[in-house]
Amino acid sequence: MTTRALSAAQAGLVACETCKLLLRPVHPDHLGHCPRCGAELEVRRAHSIQYTWALIVAAAICYIPANMLPVMITNTFASSEADTIIGGVVFLFTSGSWPLALIVLVASVMVPLGKLLALGYLLISVQRGMPGGCRERTRLYRMVEFIGRWSMLDVFVDTFTVALVQLQPLMSVVPGPGVLFFAAVVVLTMLAAEAFDPRLIWDSATNLESQNA
Amino acid sequence: MSELAASSQSLMACPECDLLQRIPPLPIGGKAQCARCDFVLATSHADPLELPLTLTVSAAITFAVANTAPLMDLSAVGRQASTTIIGGAGQMWLEGEPITAAIVMFCAVIAPACYIMLMLAVLLAARRSPLPHWVGELLRWGLHVQPWAMYDVMLLGILVALIKIAELATVDPGIGMYAMGVLAVLLPAIMVSFDAREIWQRVAWSDDQQRSASGTDERNYAESGR
Repeated sequence: MTTRALSAAQAGLVACETCKLLLRPVHPDHLGHCPRCGAELEVRRAHSIQYTWALIVAAAICYIPANMLPVMITNTFASSEADTIIGGVVFLFTSGSWPLALIVLVASVMVPLGKLLALGYLLISVQRGMPGGCRERTRLYRMVEFIGRWSMLDVFVDTFTVALVQLQPLMSVVPGPGVLFFAAVVVLTMLAAEAFDPRLIWDSATNLESQNA
Repeated sequence: MSELAASSQSLMACPECDLLQRIPPLPIGGKAQCARCDFVLATSHADPLELPLTLTVSAAITFAVANTAPLMDLSAVGRQASTTIIGGAGQMWLEGEPITAAIVMFCAVIAPACYIMLMLAVLLAARRSPLPHWVGELLRWGLHVQPWAMYDVMLLGILVALIKIAELATVDPGIGMYAMGVLAVLLPAIMVSFDAREIWQRVAWSDDQQRSASGTDERNYAESGR
């Protein structure tokens, strides 16, 4: 865009996050609720940076036991075998279905890790007031938001394996403690993506632009 | 308390980068993207309310089938087992993972059920004029719960589980499985065919009479947008 960009915040307006209604607040400190949909009005999501950091730190901590602890324990009459997430990927790979192994690897290992790194990078770039690459960073945020739910895949795989393979006393599968941590990682990173306010990415760029103008 | 900005309905702040911009009347099938960050600000559909309603009604029926019919039957050495979605979560609970079971239950049953019911209520109420005041509140909840309805993810998860188990036993997909496959298509289809702006423009405000002037404005805008 070549003309001077004006954000709603600079114009003294507040846009409702839910129904996008533009409002001119009477008291800038007490925005109140949206008259149309009832959502709480905020110029930017409250404490966005602190909340997002807290959630991704919690998720990063859970990520360790999620990968170290077994997610499934297979009991047969002779033996008992514990599988971690990586173990499950290796099992799929060696049993010949490498496309599935790849899907599970991407969804359960790379996506959560990538989400943590991407959100960390976005937070640091916002805190340092990086002006460039806003478009790319917004695209990165959108990707994090979009693919986030897919890491739930492994939780569903475990749930339905456990539900089906109950052939006592021949064979049974029970969930391991890793599942809980893994589900926690997914939920926490999804909440973190929701807590992060992408408009912060553009704020430093908009401020810079208006200074130059 | 707040008061409406003296701007017409077409002025909008991009929800992702806060850029103020005016949405031009869109041709059918057209969409407006943010000039700065490419966020899709508005889409225009030939059938903005009836098509999503049809899809939502179908989704509600399919949802009932998917949750009652068995997903798959498993047989190995003369033994049989079958499960439903709720049964899967229940087994997880019994095996000592109640929190995981609750998360699975939420993403697989509660969130989709809430989403479908809220959308159904909103779209049915949208046929009335004027709109009941609770529509805004319901739609707000519907939009919040939407990302947690993970039918597509669950379907893929079940397929992976099936292939894993197929090594050990014979697995027959049941009716529930096919219903899930249909739902995994229907839910995204509702989201694509539905633009929340269509409802927001019709929502009556709770606290004013002087808004009637801008109300006619909105209607004119909605008609020219079609």
